[in-house]
Amino acid sequence: MPPVENAELLRVQDLKVHFPIRTGGIVFGQYTPLKAVDGVSFSLKAGETLGIVGESGCGKSTLGRGILQLIKPTDGKVVFLGNEMTSMAGEQLRAQRQHMQIVFQDPLASLNPRMTVGDIIAEPLTVFFPKMSVAERKAKVKALMAKVGLLPQMINRYPHEFSGGQCQRIGIARAMIVDPKMVICDEPVSALDVSIQAQIVNLLMDLQQEFGLSLLFISHDLSVVRHVSHRVMVLYLGKVMEIASRDSIYAEPLHPYTQALISAVPIPDPDLEKNKQRIVLGGDLPSPMNPPSGCVFRTRCPRATDICAQVVPKLEEKAPGHQVACHHWGPPAQALV
Amino acid sequence: MAAVLEVRDLQVRFATPDGEVSAVNGVSFDVNESECVGIVGESGSGKSQLFMAVMGLLAKNGRTLGSAKYRGTELVGMPVDKLNKIRGDKIAMIFQDSMTGLTPHLRIGRQMTEVLEEHKGMGGADARARALDMLNLVRIPEAARRLNQYPHELSGGMRQRVMIAMALLCEPELLIADEPTTALDVTVQAQILELMADLKRVTKAAVVLITHDLGTVAGLCDKVQVMYGGRFMETGDVRQIFYKPQHPYTKGLLSSMPRLTEDRRTTLYAIPGQPPNLQRLPAGCPFQERCEFVHQRCVDELPLLQEARPGQFKACHLESLEHPVDDPTRAAIPAEAMPPVIRDVRTA
Ligand SMILES: Nc1ncnc2c1ncn2[C@@H]1O[C@H](COP(=O)(O)OP(=O)(O)OP(=O)(O)O)[C@@H](O)[C@H]1O
Ligand SMILES: Nc1ncnc2c1ncn2[C@@H]1O[C@H](COP(=O)(O)OP(=O)(O)O)[C@@H](O)[C@H]1O
Ligand code: SF4
Ligand code: SF4
Ligand SMILES: [Mg+2]
Ligand SMILES: [Mg+2]
Repeated sequence: MPPVENAELLRVQDLKVHFPIRTGGIVFGQYTPLKAVDGVSFSLKAGETLGIVGESGCGKSTLGRGILQLIKPTDGKVVFLGNEMTSMAGEQLRAQRQHMQIVFQDPLASLNPRMTVGDIIAEPLTVFFPKMSVAERKAKVKALMAKVGLLPQMINRYPHEFSGGQCQRIGIARAMIVDPKMVICDEPVSALDVSIQAQIVNLLMDLQQEFGLSLLFISHDLSVVRHVSHRVMVLYLGKVMEIASRDSIYAEPLHPYTQALISAVPIPDPDLEKNKQRIVLGGDLPSPMNPPSGCVFRTRCPRATDICAQVVPKLEEKAPGHQVACHHWGPPAQALV
Repeated sequence: MAAVLEVRDLQVRFATPDGEVSAVNGVSFDVNESECVGIVGESGSGKSQLFMAVMGLLAKNGRTLGSAKYRGTELVGMPVDKLNKIRGDKIAMIFQDSMTGLTPHLRIGRQMTEVLEEHKGMGGADARARALDMLNLVRIPEAARRLNQYPHELSGGMRQRVMIAMALLCEPELLIADEPTTALDVTVQAQILELMADLKRVTKAAVVLITHDLGTVAGLCDKVQVMYGGRFMETGDVRQIFYKPQHPYTKGLLSSMPRLTEDRRTTLYAIPGQPPNLQRLPAGCPFQERCEFVHQRCVDELPLLQEARPGQFKACHLESLEHPVDDPTRAAIPAEAMPPVIRDVRTA
């Protein structure tokens, strides 16, 4: 894993993305905000990978899109390379976006079926470097195809002729072609088979090392996140539950939700897996339209008390570099894996 | 131990406009009473179609060859009305997508009592009481209220519990669960796995667990069968497969997963290349294009399952993983048979 430089690349401050959802009648329409991202703050250094974990619907993808300004955040700041982005528009915003690219979960669906692979990968070049000659563009595309493990002679093929793993390589090449400083990877390996996952994870880490990339690595797979991340952030219903370095969060998670998540991971080891005492949370994720009062996790939390229903716990540093949002934070009562 | 299901040389073929797809290519195995068998493999390896064929549920363009016997009765080619008497009663199936397993416009209670009516001739209050018992068994909160709800009114985790409850209604002898937790969040998956582990103790049903997730298999199964290209690559008891894999593919799969329980590695082991094209399976070993131990014999001759250690079988020409065959003719494998070069990712 490459060392992290100290320069801050991205700072996200109290970011909120609320979607207005119609809940009332059609004439006198009432709207209730769905708080998909609700006050998220963190920073990312050059060359660093921040893993973002949490269950379906907890706001991971929305956070990514809010940072890229693909959705206008409701509130809060996104400072990238020293520039505040939420107030930007037009040309200014476009110039910033060259440095922040995204790779999506569903490899095939995220590629235009009517474009050749070469055109797909070159597309960002035509946006950000419209004056680049066709020959230069093609040379760049071929070089990058080779780098991500695609045969350059396949440049004129179409996406459906490629497997899932190869489509993901195409998506990664498209993101990398403009030399971004940061890539948001939104579940980049979740749709792939185990044997292909490892190929793509290795590729992303190699690219990071070679180009000093920063990665926001969104995933619900805690084992993969542990493998790729320097630091990890845990989300639940749009809020940050815990952020810490990878080693502290896996070795000593301080938030009950993180502890339950880690304990829920099935371990491919029969003796360990058959004998482990899993922390099993009751119930399901509450509706984000109607989140619990106080701590959003309280309806499933084994440690919840009265105060949890009344007071929203603040995200605070409880150990060096280790932030937790919980009234009763502390190490787990039992071994988790 | 008596076999509930005996499968012999089962094959599944699909006719498509671009030619025939060989989804399952001759597999044989038994599932014994009260045993939990895991079928693992990557997507497209034929796991689901193998059991769809056993259940007589293949798509119209599919056909089944070979034999699958439930308690000695041949299922392949059995008329639908006879099959219907066994399906849902003696053999039950749980699907990955709980919406496929449930009828959307029928209330939960109705769907459950219908099954009891059809198979057990049980009706009215008795059937409803039995349905309620089953929902309680799978620990659905407020079970009585759920009987009156429609599938879409329940969360994914609850629907999966309802499917399990439905499958258990008639006390089947064989339960086939196809990726039962794949679509669920980890915390909900943990609930279902815990439930399945408990049910394994209380019901006598034999269970077949189909999954691509080795972690799930490790926790629930007694035996494991690893599939690739429509064949079994390796079979054995769960501890043998996880702790002493004998087939290069099994070993590769196990080492390509990052694990919470081990020190982080800088680079993951990655099996190069991609899963095979089932329309153009190579002669010889289906894994040859990705195998680091490939030699001439693998190209020429299909390896058959053979006992590698007591109770553990592998389909591989190697004597053992510690004894690779040094093959000077290996360069004879045509370059275009190899998938795009992906090895460089690992060695870079
Ligand atoms: N355009 C939209 N309009 C209304 N609600 C939305 C919209 N996009 C997302 N949401 C809601 O915001 C919440 C967060 O969604 P998001 O897609 O960010 O979750 P996620 O963490 O990425 O989940 P997954 O793991 O399933 O990808 C969800 O409740 C979702 O339904
Ligand atoms: N109706 C069909 N027509 C053609 N091919 C099919 C059909 N159903 C399944 N297949 C193919 O059979 C192969 C095995 O499928 P399946 O058993 O569903 O895989 P899995 O191991 O992921 O469960 C796949 O390549 C799939 O595309
Ligand atoms: S604040 Fe209360 S409910 Fe929330 S995680 Fe902490 S103990 Fe649980
Ligand atoms: S038969 Fe040959 S190619 Fe197949 S797994 Fe064994 S060594 Fe590898
Ligand atoms: Mg998402
Ligand atoms: Mg399947």
